[in-house]
Amino acid sequence: MSSIQTNGKTAATATKPSKAGAAATWVDDRVGIAGAAKKNIRKVFPDHWSFMLGEIALWSFVILLLSGVFLTLWFKPSMAEVIYDGSYEQYRGLHMSEAYASTLEISFDVRGGLLMRQIHHWAAQLFIAAMFVHLLRVFFTGAFRKPRELNWVIGSLLLLLGILEGFTGYSLPDDLLSGTGLRIADGIMKSSPVIGTYLSFFLFGGEFPGDVIIPRLYAIHILLLPGLLLALIGAHMMLLVYHKHTQWPGPGRTEQNVVGYPMMPVYAAKAGGFFFIVFGVTALMGALLSINPVWKYGPYNPAEVTAGSQPDWYMGFNEGLMRIMPAWEYEIGGFTLPLSVFLPAALLPVVLLSVVMFYPFIEQWITGDKREHHLLQRPREAPNRTAFMVALMTFYGLLWAAGGNDILAVVFRLDLNQITYFMRVAVVVGPVLAFIIARRWAISLQRHDQEKLLHGYETGVIMRSPDGEYTERHLPISEAEAFTITARDREEVPALTSGEDVNGVPAPTARKDRLRARLQHFWYADNVQKPTRAELEAARHHAQHELEVHAGEEHAADGHQFDGRHDIHGEELRKH
Amino acid sequence: MRFLSARLSAKRRSPLAGVVVLLMGLLFTGGVSATLSSAVATDDLASDQALVDQGRQLFLVGCASCHGRNAEGVVTQDGDSQYGPSLVGVGAAAVDFQVATGRMPMANPSAQAPRKPAVYNEEETRALSAYVASLGPGPSIPTSEQYDPASIPDDEREESLVRGGEFFRTNCTACHNFDGSGGALPGGKYAPTLNGVDAKHIYEAMLTGPQQMPVFSDDVLKPEEKRDVIAYVKSLEENPGYGGFSMGALGPVSEGLFGWLIGIGGLVGFAVWIAAHTAKSEKRKKA
Ligand code: HEC
Ligand code: HEC
Ligand code: HEM
Repeated sequence: MSSIQTNGKTAATATKPSKAGAAATWVDDRVGIAGAAKKNIRKVFPDHWSFMLGEIALWSFVILLLSGVFLTLWFKPSMAEVIYDGSYEQYRGLHMSEAYASTLEISFDVRGGLLMRQIHHWAAQLFIAAMFVHLLRVFFTGAFRKPRELNWVIGSLLLLLGILEGFTGYSLPDDLLSGTGLRIADGIMKSSPVIGTYLSFFLFGGEFPGDVIIPRLYAIHILLLPGLLLALIGAHMMLLVYHKHTQWPGPGRTEQNVVGYPMMPVYAAKAGGFFFIVFGVTALMGALLSINPVWKYGPYNPAEVTAGSQPDWYMGFNEGLMRIMPAWEYEIGGFTLPLSVFLPAALLPVVLLSVVMFYPFIEQWITGDKREHHLLQRPREAPNRTAFMVALMTFYGLLWAAGGNDILAVVFRLDLNQITYFMRVAVVVGPVLAFIIARRWAISLQRHDQEKLLHGYETGVIMRSPDGEYTERHLPISEAEAFTITARDREEVPALTSGEDVNGVPAPTARKDRLRARLQHFWYADNVQKPTRAELEAARHHAQHELEVHAGEEHAADGHQFDGRHDIHGEELRKH
Repeated sequence: MRFLSARLSAKRRSPLAGVVVLLMGLLFTGGVSATLSSAVATDDLASDQALVDQGRQLFLVGCASCHGRNAEGVVTQDGDSQYGPSLVGVGAAAVDFQVATGRMPMANPSAQAPRKPAVYNEEETRALSAYVASLGPGPSIPTSEQYDPASIPDDEREESLVRGGEFFRTNCTACHNFDGSGGALPGGKYAPTLNGVDAKHIYEAMLTGPQQMPVFSDDVLKPEEKRDVIAYVKSLEENPGYGGFSMGALGPVSEGLFGWLIGIGGLVGFAVWIAAHTAKSEKRKKA
């Protein structure tokens, strides 16, 4: 490796290569890996906890692959009927599908099988949950802006594929819950106009449940979707390296550079260490917490249903939508239109996903901002964006709760019907309220920043003047903090346009322009713009004056160390 | 069976319809069980006149305010509902179930009389049962061979378990959950947990169908089959937690909750921890 690190000015002296070195050279001569590795090894990654959320998803995916391979060794994707003869006493002699029987076998007769099943299932839940928190961090920091829109779209696709992967996996064991879930999926498909029945018959190879669905889902679950996921994750990572990671603004950090640690050794060590942590947490959960106890649900039987029939959490919002939907069903020309299923279960998820997937382009259209951004924004710096996601989260969260309405009723002794009525209103009103609150909150935080810049931070030192007035001392914030806060741009608040030219002739795109202008106005109008240079200087001057006025005063109380008259190094009253 | 489906369909209608169906059902129950249990052998409890008299005394003090002096039921002033239904023909089993599980005497009117510590001791419960049984024929208190899973011969045990599981999953899990941990019903009502319920009371619950629960008469579910169901329910209780902590055995909802709180919560915590322990922060400390 030493020969790689030459600066190119002096010829590398050939030392006798070690065995490993020789092998590396052999490979390098043929595929030129050293060049690529050198470049990537020196890639710099900025350091922040929120930049590790994507990694949780990545590592849980690795765990999914590993544990999944283990499960394929014993799982039999067949709906053929067999008589159970394993060690779970309650079912011995019961007729069931081979898929279910082999799941019981993995659970009770394969060494480490139950642990692996539980690790696999927990990893799946964590995988998708990690994607969600990762998405939220990318969203709230504006990391999806140009040039990373494409990576955002890939990310959304990963989310969709991840959820589908989870659902197909949930359906494989052919237990009561997985069969019930498939029955619902069948119903959702059939609710779509015109193509519904064909779609369902195509997928199930005839009338539900048929005997091909599990082999088909198996192929999708272990081959098709993981392949697509792997390819897209690869593309996601390559784009990440190509664009370089975003960073928080701060002294020395600009739109042109990346400040952080090189891939080798710091970042790789951290990332590698994090893998073991993710693996450790997943393994602990797999060992200690029971997940999907299929032996309690029993084999799928269309005549049975159980209280507590819910999908895994990532389908919960969908379940919730269906549970609170009023029973709208119309008949048009002899055809039934089951809107109570189609709207919540088929249409709305597609709309939701599209809004998320195309959000970067929607925002770009509103703001007209086509510049590249490599510095992140704090959530408060884009109040409408932040508020939009908070509203979406509220909507999603309420639907989650609605999907578990029966559990809420049992655990909190509530009335099932009243939960439903409440949720029907809450899913409409809640997001609106959340939007308003989050938006105002972000703007208040902007004001707070402004305050700190112009008047300094609150020291907690209370001063009493000779005439008895109490005041709190403010001191200027550090240069670095001031730099960080002022790193954002001043925004131009656009005037509302009528979409007409000077002669009053409406432009062909007048309506669109007006809408856009109005949105743009709403986007920026209430924001607090960062102070101008002149304002900042005036504030600084004022602060200087304050300090001089108070020079020479004596203090007895704690806090006097911050009067600015001597070195405050090592002094600490409160962290700031 | 028609009766059973009528009760079940109440779940899908408005809460008011549910109440109406419930009331009709309660009246109906009396009729059905009266006809059914005419076939049952004579109630030995009711033939013990001293016990019946003692029960009547207890009844007048503790139950008559709602059920009437002759257990004929008390209708509210507006005539729409009852303080308590007629107990003629509900049988000793119903009284034993309601009183021994503490449901009766009902403390305050609510959506459902909850299980609570029993007010009457065993002897008094027997007396109350005898009194109500003397009012009209109804299902009698089951004997321990009928309900106790231990009375199943060893060589039939496994088969019974499997059969009981099938009955349980077909007839009970819709309300009581796959693990018997309970579930919600419309209108603030609920199917309680079956964990820790006496075998005898499980049997009586099936036999008398308290409140929202359908009656599983001996025609629907034979006495041996009831015992199989009980054997299965008890075997669920005895199962070791194969997968670890069951998180309430409520299904995927609690799994999702734990996945987010412990899984993602813990991992984000670790991420914050790792990011806070960098070469950089060490440098800062030294500076
Ligand atoms: C506060 C009023 C109240 C009191 C006191 C009361 N009950 Fe009840 N009882 C009810 C109501 C209401 C119902 C019907 C709804 C239910 O089962 O919760 C009922 C139902 C019953 C049933 C079930 C009937 C059936 O169809 O299966 C029995 C048995 C019963 N009561 C016995 C008693 C006995 C014995 C006592 C006295 C120890 C008693 N109750 C005291 C209100 C009362
Ligand atoms: C339609 C829903 C429904 C079905 C189906 C149903 N139950 Fe119930 N069950 C209830 C309700 C509601 C109660 C509470 C009655 C009360 O509190 O008086 C109950 C109470 C019970 C109790 C009394 C528990 C206690 O806390 O004392 C037992 C035992 C029981 N059920 C067993 C069964 C069994 C076994 C089956 C299947 C054969 C079954 N139930 C089917 C709704 C149902
Ligand atoms: C299979 C699932 C996913 C994996 C394995 C994954 C992995 C990663 C990793 C490791 C990073 C770099 C570290 C970080 O910023 O957290 C990253 C960045 C990014 N991800 Fe993902 N991600 C996934 C899903 C998603 C989703 C669902 C979205 C959004 C819809 C998304 C959008 C992005 C974007 C825009 C970046 C660049 C962020 C930046 O440079 O600041 N990803 N991803």
